[in-house]
Amino acid sequence: MGLDLPKGGETVLYTGHMYQMIPTLMSVAKMTSMLEDHWLGKSLFIGRTLNKFINLSWFIPRFHSKEQKRYDEYLRNIVRLLRAADVGFGYLYEEELYTGALVRDLGVDDVFEGHARKVYERLEKHGVKRVITVDPHTTDMLRNIYQQVIPEYSIEAKSYLEVLRERGLEPKTDLDSPVVIHDSCVYARYLDVVDEPRHLLKKAGATIHEPEYSGKMTYCCGGPAESLFPSKAHEIAGKRMGQLVDMGHDVVTMCPICLFNLESAAEGKGAAVEDISEYLVKAYGI
Amino acid sequence: MARVNSEFIDEIRQSETFDAAACMHCGQCTAICPMGLDLLPRQLFLYVGAGLEDKVLENRETIFSCLLCRLCEENCPRDVSIAEDVRFLRNYINRKVYKLARN
Ligand code: SF4
Ligand code: SF4
Repeated sequence: MGLDLPKGGETVLYTGHMYQMIPTLMSVAKMTSMLEDHWLGKSLFIGRTLNKFINLSWFIPRFHSKEQKRYDEYLRNIVRLLRAADVGFGYLYEEELYTGALVRDLGVDDVFEGHARKVYERLEKHGVKRVITVDPHTTDMLRNIYQQVIPEYSIEAKSYLEVLRERGLEPKTDLDSPVVIHDSCVYARYLDVVDEPRHLLKKAGATIHEPEYSGKMTYCCGGPAESLFPSKAHEIAGKRMGQLVDMGHDVVTMCPICLFNLESAAEGKGAAVEDISEYLVKAYGI
Repeated sequence: MARVNSEFIDEIRQSETFDAAACMHCGQCTAICPMGLDLLPRQLFLYVGAGLEDKVLENRETIFSCLLCRLCEENCPRDVSIAEDVRFLRNYINRKVYKLARN
């Protein structure tokens, strides 16, 4: 990331590669949706692609698109926010591995379990006791799922939103803007992270508008269906975007999958979708 | 004629996570599902309960299209772990049909 973080340590920032991977993975999904007609063919193609992630971690040459640079910027925002909150942390650099969340979602459990062990061994090797995560899927893996498949697993995992809230960070600039909040299904229903983003935004002076489905009852962005059923995914994203623009035009997300998918449905609706870190860094960052 | 597969029934009985037996077929989950998954989980759970493997496999597209978003679970009066149950069926299909396993 070019931010001069120490390598390893008891507390590390764990990106889980989601922000880095999603723009590319979604483009791969789009390519396959043109190449192969049947979802089953796609499922096997995606299985193979994911297998490469699993075995070699992050090796696929990334598209250095404008979009990718933007997603990388969100990670820099998060580093700046944690620094502003005086949190000491390291990073595993090229040794950080993807957690395997999508493989588990597809139900390829034994591949996932073998991989989870590899990730755990890597964390152990570096003496990691706590991880700070940046997206809901990685947080769920490292907080809830790894301990189900690795009995001795005891690493504490918290999302940076939880860490920032705990630290009681004070804003330096007033945001003074209305936003429409889109909760991630995984943050809201798997991890009970509902209050943290609201608290941080409100404290910074933002006015939060809640869509019809929000908090625990949030509505999926459609992203999880993108790789196998892209047209259905797009339909759901469009429906969700409709619910959001009913409440305002600046939509804030907290998951790279939600961001990517909702943004692709925002065209022509006069709405702007932005990652929460972009708002928070303006108010709290150094 | 749908086939009753005893290996399938055994596997489901042995599972600690598959809790679809608690479902009372009220249809709340289907009503709220963003994907409009009509067969899931109500009908599918009936098939699973009866051990009709062929019927489950016929519905694999439905099984793979669930978003695992858990909106349905918020409304379920029986607290069925619907998303985990869907994942269980995916895993079963991956192993038995696609032979997608490490070994
Ligand atoms: S809401 Fe629960 S009890 Fe009702 S049909 Fe769905 S799974 Fe069954
Ligand atoms: S978890 Fe699956 S079945 Fe339940 S509401 Fe979401 S998409 Fe529908």
